[in-house]
Amino acid sequence: MRSLLPVALAVAGIVLLLNLISFAFGVAPLATLRAAAAGTWGTPYGIGQVLFKATPLVFTGLAFEVGFRAGLFNIGAEGQLALGSLAGGCVGAALPAGTPWILALPLCIGVAMGTAALVALVPGLMRARLGVHEIISTIMVNRIADGIVPFALVTLLGATSLRTADLVAGASLPKLERALPAFAGSAASVAFPLAIAVAFGVEALLRRTRAGREMRWTGQNAEACRAEGIDVPRRQVQAMLLSGALAGGAMTATVLGYKGYFELGLGTGAGFTGIAVALLGRGHPLGIVLAAVFFGTLQQAGLAINAHVPKEAMDVLTACAIVLVAVANRASRAVGSPAPDGGSAAVPPEPASVES
Amino acid sequence: MSSVLSLTMVAETLRIATPYACAAVGGIWAERSGVIQIGLEAVLLTSAFTSVAVAATTGSAALGLLAGVASGALLSVLHAVLVERARVHAVISGIALNLLAYAGTRLLLRALFDSASNSPGIDGFRFGPTGADGASMLARFFLDPVTLAALAATALTPFVLARTRFGLRTRAAGENPVAAASVGIDVSRVRIAALAVSGAICALGGVHLAFDQHRFESGMSSGRGFMALAAVVVSGWRAERAVAACVAFGALEALQIVLQDQANRSAGAELIQLLPYVATLVVLGFAAGRAAAPEGLGKHAED
Repeated sequence: MRSLLPVALAVAGIVLLLNLISFAFGVAPLATLRAAAAGTWGTPYGIGQVLFKATPLVFTGLAFEVGFRAGLFNIGAEGQLALGSLAGGCVGAALPAGTPWILALPLCIGVAMGTAALVALVPGLMRARLGVHEIISTIMVNRIADGIVPFALVTLLGATSLRTADLVAGASLPKLERALPAFAGSAASVAFPLAIAVAFGVEALLRRTRAGREMRWTGQNAEACRAEGIDVPRRQVQAMLLSGALAGGAMTATVLGYKGYFELGLGTGAGFTGIAVALLGRGHPLGIVLAAVFFGTLQQAGLAINAHVPKEAMDVLTACAIVLVAVANRASRAVGSPAPDGGSAAVPPEPASVES
Repeated sequence: MSSVLSLTMVAETLRIATPYACAAVGGIWAERSGVIQIGLEAVLLTSAFTSVAVAATTGSAALGLLAGVASGALLSVLHAVLVERARVHAVISGIALNLLAYAGTRLLLRALFDSASNSPGIDGFRFGPTGADGASMLARFFLDPVTLAALAATALTPFVLARTRFGLRTRAAGENPVAAASVGIDVSRVRIAALAVSGAICALGGVHLAFDQHRFESGMSSGRGFMALAAVVVSGWRAERAVAACVAFGALEALQIVLQDQANRSAGAELIQLLPYVATLVVLGFAAGRAAAPEGLGKHAED
């Protein structure tokens, strides 16, 4: 039950803070809470919207998680996702109109994930080959991506409205409402079940394959791995590539499942919130999905309460939740026995013996 | 070309470079004490907002300046406490503070001024000649209390870090926290104090930004904190060089403004703004062999 403590603390803290903010704006706290609950889990439409908001967060949460398991602090999901979405959107818009989905979808997703992986490759190589810490380099790459995206949209593509052309019909993921009519009107798409599958797939890859196991060992004790003859730089680069590709995968929810084109700012913030998702998810695929749903709920609740309290209130709460989760993670770890592999993301992995 | 080599250009460069330089010197204080600080952006935004809110309600720019600096120091101390006492990873705390400052200032903008984008105008400090020529711009720059405070902080930082007891302790905590603790230095306390200094100096940049625009705008720091971080890294964590790098950034931006006035803006003008970040990556790549960062950056005295 120890793993539930951070969640309970975060929820309690958030409800308390929301009450305080409501008071400050002269609104009855109960009305705000009711609006937040009704707009998220109160209606099928609200649930659909929560799942839609959660989908990119599953991908970016996994992106941070994979890097973290390999001892890397990839905080560059933001830039990786932006450039991946841009590339995927451009390809999807450039395809001939009648392209069947069986070709268009894999191509768009592949290009997006590939581009995002390449963006992550720069800090990955700098870390593995030159020893440059990835925190600074991923921040710099984020800033560079921030500049390249509008430049590419305006100068290279000649788009005046800062968006790509519409994607071809084949390159769109069907909405969930087609299978579950109750979700009618919400933006939840097949990307959500896809994200869940990817979450379990990634866990299997990390646990069942040689590459995945060596990545995790590298994260636990790079020194011991080197002594055992494991190619540490190679595994670090691979982890960074996988992490970047996963970040790029978030475009399935935003570009392919929702907008049908890429525009400036689409998906912004998912990269950073993904870090919080990984912290809260605590090294388990289901945990990451649930954590993404939790932060997705906060985002959707922000829109639902906008009539009572400005929606920025929910961003403030998200920031507080990140801190609360990190503190509680740390506290619950200090109280109990050492967490299992990947169990706590509040601190970088500390040296441990190699399991072999 | 004459406008490129003019007093206007010099004045513009200094005006633009001030927030960068303050944030960079703040970053130096934090990182030399061993605390990773990617929340400079949050300090800039918070101090800019607080200074405008106080100046607008009290009508006193001096009170605004004081409140702005205090708010920046407080936020920075919060970061230090989270990292040192609650042992939250500094990057996580920094990211959370950036989000908190961005959303929090927007929320308060709605609450206090009922606006989603900007505050009402404030006077700020108005000393010196009022002309728009280079000489009067320069005179205003050197008579402004915010820039004077920033200049003093910038000039004193290398001396304080190198020669005073507090500076030496700060560096000891940053270079080797375990050794520092073993000779009786309370590493956490030194770091919290260093972060207070860091926040106060960085906040001068935020106040300058707000007073220069004569109002607060949502997200007005627009990445300057990250640019300052780039300057810190490129400089090898040395204050003089970091400030020099910031003046270079300022000159680059001033050049763009001057050239834009001459109506020959090139298509790649936005890309020039990416130069500092690319330069940082290149410098990091080349400097990788010689570790320039404080040895104890992100490490604790005991775990």
